[in-house]
Order: sequence, then C-alpha cells, then structure tokens
Amino acid sequence: MRDQYRITGALAVGLAIVLVSAVILVPLAWAGGLSLKSYAEVIKDVSNPFPKVPRFQNYADVFKAIPFFSYFLNTVYIAAACCAGTLLTSSMAAYAFARLKFPGRDALFLVYLATLMVPRQVTLIPNFILFRMTGLIDTRLSLVLTGVFTAYGTFLLRQFFLGIPKELEEAAIVDGYGYSRRFASIILPLAKPALTTLFIITLLAIWNEYLYALVFINSDRLRTLTLGLAIMRGDFDVQWNLVMAATVLAILPLLAVYVFLQRFFIEGIALSGIKG
Amino acid sequence: MRLPPTRTQKKERFAAFVFLLPNLLGFLLLTAFPVVASFGLSFFDWKLLDRPSFAGLANFRELLSDSLFWKSTLNTAVFVFAKVPLTIVIALFLALVLNRKLIGRNLFRTIVFLPVICSAVSVALIWQPLFDQSSGLLNAIVRYFGGKAVPWLSSTKWAMASVIGVAVWKEIGYAMVIFLAGLQGISRTYYEAAEVDGANVLQEFLHITVPLISPTTFFVLVTSVIAAFQVFDLTTVLTQGGPGNATNTLVMYIFQSAFRNFRMGYASALSLALFLIVLALTLAQNRSSKGWVQE
Repeated sequence: MRDQYRITGALAVGLAIVLVSAVILVPLAWAGGLSLKSYAEVIKDVSNPFPKVPRFQNYADVFKAIPFFSYFLNTVYIAAACCAGTLLTSSMAAYAFARLKFPGRDALFLVYLATLMVPRQVTLIPNFILFRMTGLIDTRLSLVLTGVFTAYGTFLLRQFFLGIPKELEEAAIVDGYGYSRRFASIILPLAKPALTTLFIITLLAIWNEYLYALVFINSDRLRTLTLGLAIMRGDFDVQWNLVMAATVLAILPLLAVYVFLQRFFIEGIALSGIKG
Repeated sequence: MRLPPTRTQKKERFAAFVFLLPNLLGFLLLTAFPVVASFGLSFFDWKLLDRPSFAGLANFRELLSDSLFWKSTLNTAVFVFAKVPLTIVIALFLALVLNRKLIGRNLFRTIVFLPVICSAVSVALIWQPLFDQSSGLLNAIVRYFGGKAVPWLSSTKWAMASVIGVAVWKEIGYAMVIFLAGLQGISRTYYEAAEVDGANVLQEFLHITVPLISPTTFFVLVTSVIAAFQVFDLTTVLTQGGPGNATNTLVMYIFQSAFRNFRMGYASALSLALFLIVLALTLAQNRSSKGWVQE
C-alpha cells in the first residue's frame, strides 16, 4: 500500500514539475521563435512561433532599426558604476555601523532603517527636481547616483559584519593593523557571500530598472535597454519580430552571466532572505 | 558625568566619519532629504514652470475626492492581494518538491528562476503576443478545449487577471529560492520523529513545515507586498493601464500626475498616500505575525 502511494506521489510530483517547467519555458521559447520570423509571417500569424526559414537577419536589423548598441553600453555603464559604487560605499558605512563607536550611531542607523520602507516613488519627485536644478537631468550620472546610495546595501552588510567574530580583528590590532587594513584584509574577505548577494541584487535591479530611467532620460542616445524596448513597443506599427529579437538581445547578457554564475545568483538571493 | 574623549576614542570617531562619509552624503542628499522634501512638497501647488504656491491641505482634500486615485488604489490592492498569495502558495509547493532528492532538481530550479532575471519590461513584451485575441497561444489553447476566444488584455473583466498571471509567472522563482533556503534550515530530526509517530505527509506539512517555515513566509510576505504595491513597469508596457483605467496602478497615477500633468505637489501627496498604505500594511503584518510566526 505504502509503496503504491509513493509511486503515485512521485508521478504526481514529476507531472507538476514538467507542467511548471513548460509554463515557464514556452513563453520564452515563443519569443525566441517569433524573433526569427519575417515581418510578413508575423503579421499573418503570431500564434505560430515556427518560422519557415529562420531569419537571423532580424538580429542584425535590430541594430539598424534602433541604436541598440548605445542602449546596451548605457545599461552596462550604469550597472557597472552602481554595483561598484554600492559595494564600496555600503561596505564602508556598514563597517562603521557594525564595528566603530561614535556619538549618534544608533540614531543614525535608525534613520537608515526607517527609509528602507519608503517606496522609491516617494523620493523620485524631489530627486527629479534636484537633478533639474543641478543640470543632471538627461545624464547617465543621474541614474548612477540614484542607484548607488541605497539604505538596503548598508543594512544588509551591517547585519553580516555583526556576525563576524570580533576576536579575528583583535588579533590584527595586536599586530598593529589600522582600521582600513582590518576592513580590507579581514572583514571584506570574510564577507564575500554578503557582498555577492548585494552585487547580484544591485545588478538585477539596475539592469532591469525602468521608472527612474523613464523620468530622467530624454535623449535617444542616453536611453537604457528597458527604455529602448518599451519605446519600440509604443511605435505605431510594431514589428513584433524585431521587438522580440531586441528583447532576446536585452536578456542575453544577464542570462549568460546567470548561467555561468548560477550558484552565486541563487545562493545570493537565498541569503538576502535569511539575513534580511 | 561625561568624560572628554580619549585619544583612541577620537581616532575611532575620525575613522568612523571617514568610513561613513561617502555613503552618508549620498544617502542624506538622495534618500533622506527627498523623503522630507516630498512631505513638504505635498502642501504646495507647483506646475514646475511657475513658482510653487502654498496650498495647505488642498492636495489631500482633492485626493480624497479623486475617483482616479481611488480607482488606481483599488486596482493596485486587487493586484497585490491576488498576486502575493498565489505566488507564495505556488512557490512554497515547488520549494517542497525541490527540497527532496530528485533527478534534474538543479535544472528545474534554474528554469523557474529564469523569469526573475528578466526585466518586467521584457516580460511584458514576451507575453504580449501570447495574449493576442485572434491568434495568440492562450486563445489557441482555449479554442482547442472548445472555449470562446478571451479578450485577455482588451476587456475590463480580464485585463487585471492577465496582468496578475504574468506577475506570478515572473516572481515564483524568487520566492521559491527563499523558501528553499528556509526549508534547508529545518532539522531532519523533526520529520524523523513524526515518521516514528506514524504521521502522514499532510500532517508533517501542517504541523512541522508550516510552523517552522513561518519566519521565511513572513519575510516573503512583507517584502512581496511592499514590492507589489509599487507595480509600474509591467502594467505600463503590457496594458498602459487600460482598458479604461482597469489596470491603472497607484504608481502609474503618481507618474502621470508628476510627469504628464506636471503637478509636483499633487503627485507628492499621492506618493505619501502610497507610503502610508505600505506602512500600514507592514505594521499590520508585523502585528499579526505574533499569532503565526514562530521565533
């Protein structure tokens, strides 16, 4: 009896897994199929993702139809600057909050904590006004600045630093290490998992960001990938084959990073749940 | 009595100041100060090109009688209260399945996580042709089973349901990964003891897994509700808020007020309303957590 239950149970689980995988994969594969159809074929029938002859030319056409390459470079530039900036400034601030004593520390940390719950849309309007007054509207720098200084990074790293045994640093004090050397040679190497988490979360958030880019950027040459895609969609006669090719191209770089660094992605996100 | 700081204390304070400075400067200027500024702005009337004029509580009074504000808030609430529970239930189920030894477990985890790395913009674009009323995949399936073609995105009855479906599709991988980490933290000994007592799978789930995973569930719940209330990208690209504002969300309305109608003060008042709703929900969940979250 019990064996029979086990077998039906295993079958049901297997079936559920196949079904869920199909629901996830089919839309993605569909986009891939549509991206290889000719415009005439797409107009006739979007329900059929199988092109008669795969038209790889669509991918080259994307670069002619829109300045895709500059969108890509803008996104890379902003994402790289945000990741580097967040990791550096958040880890430094987190070290001060976790290890150093200074007047008003706890009160200041409470201010950081309080802003964690404030939706980004609340700060969007004052940031827009500030950037308009300082001439930063329509610059990549505006998106870098609003992406770097998040309270979340400092919070996440501080929690992790608190879990690192103090004794490790005390030995270094005896050896005459100063603060910056202890930070760089003891804390940072031990905090690799938390730094990876922050890196992955920042990379995903900035690469896929849309609202701030939509508000801050006007010039075509400064647009990010998400902006460029959304604008293609808004065209009067949408060429779905090209839109799909551009979408695939926009996802591809992150997908490549994900496939190679999969373990870090998944463990990084998992850690955000445990430490957060 | 407070002693003057010693030399080592002074040194430590100076180090703290240096370590803190870059982040603190940016944080104060671009996060903390804007929160205060937003609050202040909501008492002004400001079209951006003219001078701001003090309006007292006029923005808030207008907001309370603004049917589009209520409509978009209600839409957002429907979105949140459907999407979050659906995501949690499906993700927990998948995490439970994947927590067992299974052939192809890593491959499956990789697949379910795929939509998480895609932007909401590209997800909306990928789904758009599938929803096509005459020749989309979904209606091909509906017709195959003898149903009538459904106007997925163009009817007020179905548009929100379609948006919710896509949002769940995008987010289950994220919640699943968090749940998996939580499940791995539950000691095997509980299950072994339960098996000795002859408990079945359902009993084990209800009396061991559910209570012991509750801190993770709480984390996923709180963060998903906050994130879902800010839905903008998906609805903007997939439905543009339509048909007839049926999928217009609160953040879309903030965006329209600020950057289409250039009413900075009113948009700030709207964004404060968003903040208060999120805050109230988070506090309520925190309060209720004492009843169901295990320490």
